Amino acid sequence: MTKVVKDVICPFCGTLCDDVEITVSDDNKKIISVRNACAIGAEKFNHTSLPGRVTRPRMRQPDGTFKEVSYDEAVDWTAKTLVNARKTLMYGWASTSCQAMSVGHEIAEKIGGIVDNCATVCHGSSLIAIQDVGVPSCTLGEVKNRADRVIFWGCNPAHAHPRHMSRYSIFPRGFFTVKGHKGRKIYCVDCRYTDTARCADEFIQVQQGYDYELLNAFRTAARGEVLPDTVGGVPKEKIYEIVEELKGGRFGVIFFGMGLTHTMGRNHNIDIAIALTRDMNDFTKFNIMAMRGHWNVTGSGQVLAWQYGFPYAVDLSRRTKARYQTGETTSVDLLIRNEVDACFNIATDPGAHFPIDSVVSMSKKPTVTIDPHINMSTEISDLHIPVAMVGVEVGGCAYRMDNVPIETRKVVDPPDGMLTDVELLTKINERVDELMGAK
Amino acid sequence: MSEYIIKNGHVFDPVQKIKGDKKDIAIKDGKIVEASEVSSSAKSINAKGKTIMAGAMEIHAHVAGPKVNAGRWFRPEDKIFDSHKKPGMTRIEGGKSIPTVFKTGYEYARMGYTFAMEAAMPPLYARHVHEEIHDTPIIDEAALPVFGNNWFILEYLKNREIENTAAYIAWILNQTKGYGVKIVNPGGTEAWAWGLNCLTINDPVPYFEITPAEIVTGLMEANEYLGLPHSVHIHQNDLGNPGNYKVTLDTLRLAEKVKPKNDFGRDQVMHSTHLQFHAYGGESFANIESKAKEVMDYVNSNEAITFDTGNVTLDETTTMTADGPFEHHLCSLNHLKWFNVDVELETAAGIVPYVYSPNVSVNAIQWAIGLELALYAKDPMRCFITTDHPNAGPFTRYPRVMSWLMCAKTRNERLNTFKNADKIIDRTTLAEIDREISLYELAAMTRAGPAKSLGLSKDFGGLKPGMNADIAIYNINPEKLPTKGEDYEKAFSNVAYLFKDGKICVKDGTVVDNGQKKTFWVDVKVNPNKQVRHDVVEKFLKYYSVNEGNYSVPDDYAPHQHIISLDATHA
Ligand code: SF4
Ligand SMILES: [Zn+2]
Repeated sequence: MTKVVKDVICPFCGTLCDDVEITVSDDNKKIISVRNACAIGAEKFNHTSLPGRVTRPRMRQPDGTFKEVSYDEAVDWTAKTLVNARKTLMYGWASTSCQAMSVGHEIAEKIGGIVDNCATVCHGSSLIAIQDVGVPSCTLGEVKNRADRVIFWGCNPAHAHPRHMSRYSIFPRGFFTVKGHKGRKIYCVDCRYTDTARCADEFIQVQQGYDYELLNAFRTAARGEVLPDTVGGVPKEKIYEIVEELKGGRFGVIFFGMGLTHTMGRNHNIDIAIALTRDMNDFTKFNIMAMRGHWNVTGSGQVLAWQYGFPYAVDLSRRTKARYQTGETTSVDLLIRNEVDACFNIATDPGAHFPIDSVVSMSKKPTVTIDPHINMSTEISDLHIPVAMVGVEVGGCAYRMDNVPIETRKVVDPPDGMLTDVELLTKINERVDELMGAK
Repeated sequence: MSEYIIKNGHVFDPVQKIKGDKKDIAIKDGKIVEASEVSSSAKSINAKGKTIMAGAMEIHAHVAGPKVNAGRWFRPEDKIFDSHKKPGMTRIEGGKSIPTVFKTGYEYARMGYTFAMEAAMPPLYARHVHEEIHDTPIIDEAALPVFGNNWFILEYLKNREIENTAAYIAWILNQTKGYGVKIVNPGGTEAWAWGLNCLTINDPVPYFEITPAEIVTGLMEANEYLGLPHSVHIHQNDLGNPGNYKVTLDTLRLAEKVKPKNDFGRDQVMHSTHLQFHAYGGESFANIESKAKEVMDYVNSNEAITFDTGNVTLDETTTMTADGPFEHHLCSLNHLKWFNVDVELETAAGIVPYVYSPNVSVNAIQWAIGLELALYAKDPMRCFITTDHPNAGPFTRYPRVMSWLMCAKTRNERLNTFKNADKIIDRTTLAEIDREISLYELAAMTRAGPAKSLGLSKDFGGLKPGMNADIAIYNINPEKLPTKGEDYEKAFSNVAYLFKDGKICVKDGTVVDNGQKKTFWVDVKVNPNKQVRHDVVEKFLKYYSVNEGNYSVPDDYAPHQHIISLDATHA
């Protein structure tokens, strides 16, 4: 007999779909089928039963190979490394639960770590912009129930957040949006014609690197001022026309992604997109939202904020205060400048996403990577500690891109004897206490 | 558990009408007991020349949840020069106007507080609120879910369906582990979802065809139908605008129509919060003036109302409220950064930093109004001191607010040295008041009063044997009262001792124990209600962005729960 677990939360992207249905074997050991999730979400669930999954810690040997060790040995090595290091970079957190983060922060505060999450290489620039000018935003259900003007700017949910468009932003029928897509006008601004552009009613091709100028032109047009003939490759007639359409809507929203955060101008692009949104509130209702990608990266920002007051790159290395300064306490910069002497990666793969110089720097330091799977970071680490998959093999809280927290569900048991993040971190924390007490 | 006996202190306890008499207080198993009930091995604390009160209770502060946390992270500047680890069993503490959870717990405890009510919990974000409450050390906490712009409520009350309203409230309290019924800018925040507002109690809410007056009245009736421990807790329409005292009086008068009905000893049907922001005369900020006297004349005459002050502390702070349109308006006045979140079907929230400057007349007038309200209050059991933290100032300034209330000299010094002192004196009546709040009255305003208003007077807010052993001991000698406001401020900032559940958590201002904080919530049993069940299922299927199965707050978010259960099935 199999059974079906309902209302399961997908553990992959910031859309945090919570309507997934999973059929599991009678003994709670195996996932048999996944319903409602998109292809990448379903893949994530199926990862639990990939052949060759590592279920015990592996320690690097002098000859460069890995050898299986016990969790106790792994905990001891990790705790010693943390206690001996002056400054440890504790990076990642995006695929783990808020409960695990809390334990991690306790460790960081004791050993003087720097806690950073993957906002540092994705929406960090959005966070900086919001710290500068604020942000008018809303929950995704507001978009579904009210939005009649939707702009995707520099993002491609068709690939990165596949169910975003059907659950919230283009197709769903809501309370004041009974006509669904028909009642909404969808715009896509991008430098290339993406699959999201294909779903839009209007594609606006901006010349690469001219997002700031184009956003500025929208603001100018909204104020009825004069524009040059084209801005960022877009004719002024088009800009005036779109601005009038936006003003004529009842509720507009801008979703933006890496196309704005990581092109020329970075946080300034977000800054002016927010300014445009503020301006539009003089005419109608308008909101803006970052398309947070990596599952619970938003949650890491939240927990860091309520414990220390900053959303990422929190430097606790002085142990008596928390500091935060982009460029100074951010992971990539710390690594490139060789300012940390140990690395602790958890639930994210810096090896795959950091610039090569910082990865090389990391590979030269004592490094532990805590992750359910083998990834690029585990391969440059001295120690890989596999753990149960959060949201599949153990529950825990995660925050959606609009900051709505959802307690995720356990659907199957982890492989026998495998620890969860919370269990592992708690053991490390206790070992750190012992070692520091002895010091 | 250990036993204590606190000897020779001066006790101030409105519950037992003790006004500074020397009385020994004994503690056993987390409760206050008769001195004869503790054994000879009870540890003795010498409180000679000190003031003893019950642990103070915060009735309205924004200390946990999505907007508080947004305030934290979008204002890194709030931590500059304010992130440190203090001696004692503490974590790093940070933030001036929006302290981190650790600092929040420690600072309340250092001031002698043992309970705080989070004033606005959006139900959809309840899990976030409880995660923060979980991480806040020492103090007990509860949270009020917001109802005044909720679609279920608007639809039920449009047809005056009180029973359905009540059943839905009971369901939300259960789902969110909530404590009572909060109303913020009734109808106005829903209007804000279209960029509009409701500025009087008779402005219709767009689409829903209901008025703020009908929402408030209906929620009061539903609250009493259920017999909840606390009354409705309302932030009225038209907050912060000159001339708003008329709307305030209109709203307060709605309380005349409803009678309290509960088993908790609560007498009010409406708690009106941060009244300072609602007691303005004048037509514009150019001629704004105090209407504290007019508002208090009414409040004094109507026993069905309790209120808190919302004292302006003259600091740089961070305003945050579920009154979305107000924050948008405030941003257009001060042009600082603006954060807004509209929450589907339920509410919204806005955040704007704000600097209350003694050199700005409007701010000084606001400062005076907050003090006038407390000084005009005839019944200290119905008037509570707050700063609507962090809106009118951070809660860490309570000791200073107390010093202004308790020492006329200190207060007048402040008043007379404002840049535009003449104007402030002219537009307010503060200069005419020489009342000084006594320690006994203060115990009513910060302990017994809020406990009664919250329906917690059986166990909290007093020092009677049988009550919970939450006790604050201050370095204030009632036989030789401080002559300077500063001395009050110092004494109220750092307790000599704080007992929480019978354990010493703070000693000489240093945290020595993180206690075992509890989360209070109210579980009401109501008759099965098919209509409400149907509506819940439908709204989650069609309009919410989360499934109903993922909406509630799991039990392990609140490991130590103090559940107040009541039966409203035959109501
Ligand atoms: S859209 Fe994102 S959260 Fe939803 S199923 Fe796909 S990967 Fe999972
Ligand atoms: Zn408030």
